[in-house]
Amino acid sequence: MPMSESREVSIWFFIGISLLVNGILILGAGVYQLNHPPDHEVVLFNLHANIWWGAVLSVAGAGYCLKFLPRAGKS
Amino acid sequence: MNPAFAFLVPDRLVRLAGVDIAIISFYFALVLAIGFYLKGKSNTGEDFFMAGREMTAWIAGLSFLSANLGSLELMGWAAASYQYGILAVHWYWIGAIPAMLFLALVMMPFYYISRTHSVPGYLKMRFGESSRALSAISFAFMTVLMSGINMYSMALVMKVVLGWDIHFSIWVSSLTVAIYVSLGGLRSAIFNEVLQFILIWAGALVIPIFGLIEAGGWHNLQLQIAARASAEYTHAWKYLGNFSDNPMGIHWTGIVFGLGFIISFGYWTTDFLVVQRVLAAKDLRAAKMAPIIGAAFKMFVPFIVILPGLLGLAVLPMKLTGEAVAVATGGHSYNEVLPLMLARYCAPGLLGLGITALIAGFMSGMAGNVSAFSTVWTYDIYGALINKRATDKQNVTMGRWCTILGVLISVGTAYLVMQFLSIMDYVQALFSFFIAPLFGTVILGMLWKRASPAGGFWGLLAGTLSSIGMWAWVKVDPTALRYVALSPHAKDMAENMYRALWSWIICVTVTVAVSLVTKPKPTSELAGLVYGETDIPSEGHLSLLQKPIFWAVVVALVFVVLNILFW
Repeated sequence: MPMSESREVSIWFFIGISLLVNGILILGAGVYQLNHPPDHEVVLFNLHANIWWGAVLSVAGAGYCLKFLPRAGKS
Repeated sequence: MNPAFAFLVPDRLVRLAGVDIAIISFYFALVLAIGFYLKGKSNTGEDFFMAGREMTAWIAGLSFLSANLGSLELMGWAAASYQYGILAVHWYWIGAIPAMLFLALVMMPFYYISRTHSVPGYLKMRFGESSRALSAISFAFMTVLMSGINMYSMALVMKVVLGWDIHFSIWVSSLTVAIYVSLGGLRSAIFNEVLQFILIWAGALVIPIFGLIEAGGWHNLQLQIAARASAEYTHAWKYLGNFSDNPMGIHWTGIVFGLGFIISFGYWTTDFLVVQRVLAAKDLRAAKMAPIIGAAFKMFVPFIVILPGLLGLAVLPMKLTGEAVAVATGGHSYNEVLPLMLARYCAPGLLGLGITALIAGFMSGMAGNVSAFSTVWTYDIYGALINKRATDKQNVTMGRWCTILGVLISVGTAYLVMQFLSIMDYVQALFSFFIAPLFGTVILGMLWKRASPAGGFWGLLAGTLSSIGMWAWVKVDPTALRYVALSPHAKDMAENMYRALWSWIICVTVTVAVSLVTKPKPTSELAGLVYGETDIPSEGHLSLLQKPIFWAVVVALVFVVLNILFW
């Protein structure tokens, strides 16, 4: 994006960081809940939304981080 | 629960796990980090108030939409869809898309080429100081009220969902917004709004997906709603032929002319809260594309707002009621439908992201109001009426301080708003007071050279006063509803639609009448402000896929198809 290619860290990099961190946390929680189901299971718990949604966010976040990673000379 | 959160009361829908608190905390840390990072990039007035006018179409477009995705959008319209059914979708489709496309293709060239800092600033150039003062003061008043409503809504969600003390929620969120907007100005607000937009979708998308799985698809959902409520709840247009045939008590003329034409055009084309984001675009093409991109996403927001409300009708075991009944009976109100659905499907982790989505929505709306208030106050009230010789540096300092002041006034407003039972209807009333007449003034100013400074001012004043007068009339004498809204069966929202329509007609009529008997501005002073006197750059050198008109047509076609599908 032009506004971020010259002198700023791109907003898309911040978004990538956010998605990646949230994705990892949610994925981790999902994996943990496989072995330690919560006391009160939510509706459709058997679909394990935490795992697949966390994975989607992690992949998307990692992609954005790599694409918009600030680099010397081209932040 | 962590002992650090022991001050939180135990009465709540959900209990946050450590991972949820980590996700919410990370969000607050990130928005503050963005504010501190951008502090050094907002030293001039253009940087602080206009984000340097260097935003791409995508950033300006997503920010344009995100500023509108406040608490009222997320929680209020989910509540409205539970209460009124799919009729609430009109506020996203006919109540938004035509106006956003009109802003892009017709009005944006005048806003952008005039290089105005604000909508009141445009009125100053077009009609003179008195119109600007009237518009700026009414906008500032409306904005802090809206911001207060946002805060109250957020605090209410946090209280219901998490058991957080309402005062704690108000102060933590408002101080966070005050810090990042006062540090980085509009640029910080825009960056965070784009981030918040992504988080809102990431956090809220799970609800409609899982809801449809549980309900067994759209067709089964329709059958379940018909059994538990009424078949009218799943048709957008079919039952609008008569006031008493639909849950909202509205006629299609109110939706098409009151909402689709006046309220929506007023909001999307003259409310500086949203227009400011587009003015920050880097060039005219980006400024025209931004509302079109916003419109494309706006069409699909009902998937994460309206659909959860409808799903609530079908799958929630309890019956939701109005706020007053809920308080009296200890039950759940319409306003709680989105948090209830969140708690229904989201386990720890996803729950934290869902709560973050709600907080992000509240904060983006609040930041939008505060940054727009800061600009209008600094340029159109402080600079125009209090210190006409203010330097650029003084303006930036004023902008930072009145961002904090705006937040504090909003906090005060939030405590006032707690007294109102129906948040949404109250806001619609506010829109019709100020926004509908303003649209009449601005559109005549842009498209009619003969509109005079006196006509602009008196038309705007007459429209605003008549709207307030009609509202007061119905409050004093409820039978007046049959005149204002054309039917004694009309509900509050229908009344607001028609009041907006009348106030716009009065504004336009007075503007035209006064203009015809007063002296217009010389043509030489209208360059860049009015159709016929503005040199709009040709787009002939652009390819088809680069032309805003092409994408506007695509969005318009999808808009028509959606309305037919859910007729």
